[in-house]
Amino acid sequence: MQKRMIAKATELLNNGTVDRVLGWKTGEFFYDLTPAVFDSVSALEAKFVFNSFSGANLSKYLIAESRKPGKIAVFLKPCDSYSFTQLLKEHRILRENVYVIGVQCDGMCDIDKVRNIIGEGLLSVRKDGNHLIAETFDATKTIAKSDVLLERCAVCKSKKIVTYDELIGEQGDVCESDRFDEVARLEAMTPEERFEFWRNELSRCIRCNACRNVCPACSCEKCVFDNDNSGVKNKAAADSFEENMFHIIRAFHVASRCTDCGECSRVCPQHIPLHLLNRKFIKDINELYGPYMAGADLNTKPALMDYTKDDCEPSIVYERNGGAQ
Amino acid sequence: MKKLSLSNLNDLFSAIAEKENLYIPTDNSVGQAAFSLWSDGAVLSEKCNTVRSAKDLFFPQVENLVNFKVTGKQIEVIENRDPAEPFVVFGVRACDLRSFDILDRVFLSEPVDSYYRTRRENALLIGLACSHPSQTCFCTAFGIDAAEPAGDITCWMSDDTLYWRANTEKGATFTDSLAILDDCQDDPVHKLQEDLRDRLGRLPLHDLDLTGFDSDNMIKLFNSEKWDELSQSCLGCGTCTFICPTCQCYDIQEFNTGKEVKRFRCWDSCMYSNFTKMSAGQPRPTQKERFRQRFMHKLVYYPSNNEGIYSCVGCGRCLQKCPVNANIVKVIKTLREELS
Ligand code: SF4
Ligand code: SF4
Ligand code: SF4
Ligand code: SF4
Ligand code: SF4
Repeated sequence: MQKRMIAKATELLNNGTVDRVLGWKTGEFFYDLTPAVFDSVSALEAKFVFNSFSGANLSKYLIAESRKPGKIAVFLKPCDSYSFTQLLKEHRILRENVYVIGVQCDGMCDIDKVRNIIGEGLLSVRKDGNHLIAETFDATKTIAKSDVLLERCAVCKSKKIVTYDELIGEQGDVCESDRFDEVARLEAMTPEERFEFWRNELSRCIRCNACRNVCPACSCEKCVFDNDNSGVKNKAAADSFEENMFHIIRAFHVASRCTDCGECSRVCPQHIPLHLLNRKFIKDINELYGPYMAGADLNTKPALMDYTKDDCEPSIVYERNGGAQ
Repeated sequence: MKKLSLSNLNDLFSAIAEKENLYIPTDNSVGQAAFSLWSDGAVLSEKCNTVRSAKDLFFPQVENLVNFKVTGKQIEVIENRDPAEPFVVFGVRACDLRSFDILDRVFLSEPVDSYYRTRRENALLIGLACSHPSQTCFCTAFGIDAAEPAGDITCWMSDDTLYWRANTEKGATFTDSLAILDDCQDDPVHKLQEDLRDRLGRLPLHDLDLTGFDSDNMIKLFNSEKWDELSQSCLGCGTCTFICPTCQCYDIQEFNTGKEVKRFRCWDSCMYSNFTKMSAGQPRPTQKERFRQRFMHKLVYYPSNNEGIYSCVGCGRCLQKCPVNANIVKVIKTLREELS
């Protein structure tokens, strides 16, 4: 795959289709890849990499990159292509300046899951077919890739590449995914249990803003919480409840635009399952307004930006459980 | 030297906790290590290190500084700082212990930060030699010996025994008050140290070369063209600064409750767009300058002002947690190419 991608990028640079290529570059180890713009064939050959740790979603970088002079090629995995399409829909990316190469994806790995399996003192990781081989001073373990997939990959919603100029590998389909199971489990809790669950999860937040800054749906030029003139700037919350509200507000703000790309949960240093908040919104939207998938196309109106006479009444949330909540 | 069978570790913790609040690294509900207040039965984490460093117990993310209450023309100043209570932190790694030297030089030099100083004076630090250094550890590059952590007391752990040595007077007095510890010889510790040092020497980043990161090269490093490439994908999130044991920047803010004004301080990050935004405007207009500031501070400015001591301890947290894997090792290696 990586070879074909480098060959394609080389061709596009050489024949003048694009001036730059957005991809992933190698790090110190096998798993610490960094998103990067390549502007020459030699840079591609030296550093371009696509492996089981190319999880980072490149779409958001295109907001800035597509506004620079010239044209840029980008490699998008299926889930990234939903983010890309959603950003197009919101007029955040200049489509004419981007050449999209969709790439087939069989799931990306989570290095922290590898660490949890192998125990402390990870020394090296390499790939062997569908397995990763992890080494410590005392042990070498062969780990099935399927056991260490990123959460979003373990419940992959779609292998379909929504928007592309060409494909490398096979086009896929929307998947049967059990990504809402965990949400259903939370819904089945009593309000007190659920409150406890979230208080515990969110209590670990250090408000590093990684979740917000990585999020393709969080594309405001200046977030209200960073803006000194907004009246709600919020570098630190007054109390832990206010801190919790930050996440709920953010989830509201991205509701019906969040594609469930999973980046927020991937980057959270404290492993807070932020995807469960967003998925709750997605599930509710599906149930209340009919199935809707952000980023799946350019035309369907998002539920929260559309109005029909048979839209549910706001009180439905209250009434749903017999008014108990 | 003292020792204790590991099967009695809970009793040791319990004996300490009877005297003072005790913090130890435990695994949280998502399997990551975090310093937490010990309660009976809490198990010491086996992780190489905690996600948040021991710094947070001394320089918390948010803390009250003072409250003001206005009545008529009177302004009442209300002290509301945390009560000063003695506490013990067990299980601090050598890298995090070194970070206190770095923080002390900032917070304890004039004008002294009394909030930080109070906590430092009230704390007893118990270092723990590492058992499982990992790929991302590079304390050795800064001359830190993970087999000889500093602190008031140093501990080592074999499969079945905890070894304990007091380093300071405070540590010795504390040790004397713990009847549960038995006397023993130094030899087993030497063996543990040898094994650990052998492992440290086999880590991929153990000999990371820092030659040239000094004030002589300040301008050259500052003007390097590599910063564009290095900072290109940085999200400006601030994760690296918040988990770093040596990052020390804060902001002072006020919150009007309607009844009074609460003045508090909170962590700030040089990676943020409104960092050090003063009347003159934003001194660092793009992410490139912000990114450069973080690493120039750690590798050039701080050592220039502090006898060559770098303000990185090689704990590897930013290597593990940066969402895009832009980190200090990559910066060092890339800029080194410029210097040679
Ligand atoms: S990434 Fe995690 S720790 Fe950071 S602000 Fe988001 S939820 Fe909090
Ligand atoms: S909220 Fe999370 S899952 Fe949704 S678009 Fe943002 S980063 Fe992706
Ligand atoms: S270097 Fe990494 S952790 Fe630090 S601000 Fe940039 S993206 Fe965030
Ligand atoms: S810069 Fe990174 S490696 Fe150095 S002390 Fe800070 S978190 Fe640790
Ligand atoms: S950096 Fe050194 S002292 Fe710190 S955890 Fe790793 S081996 Fe131990």
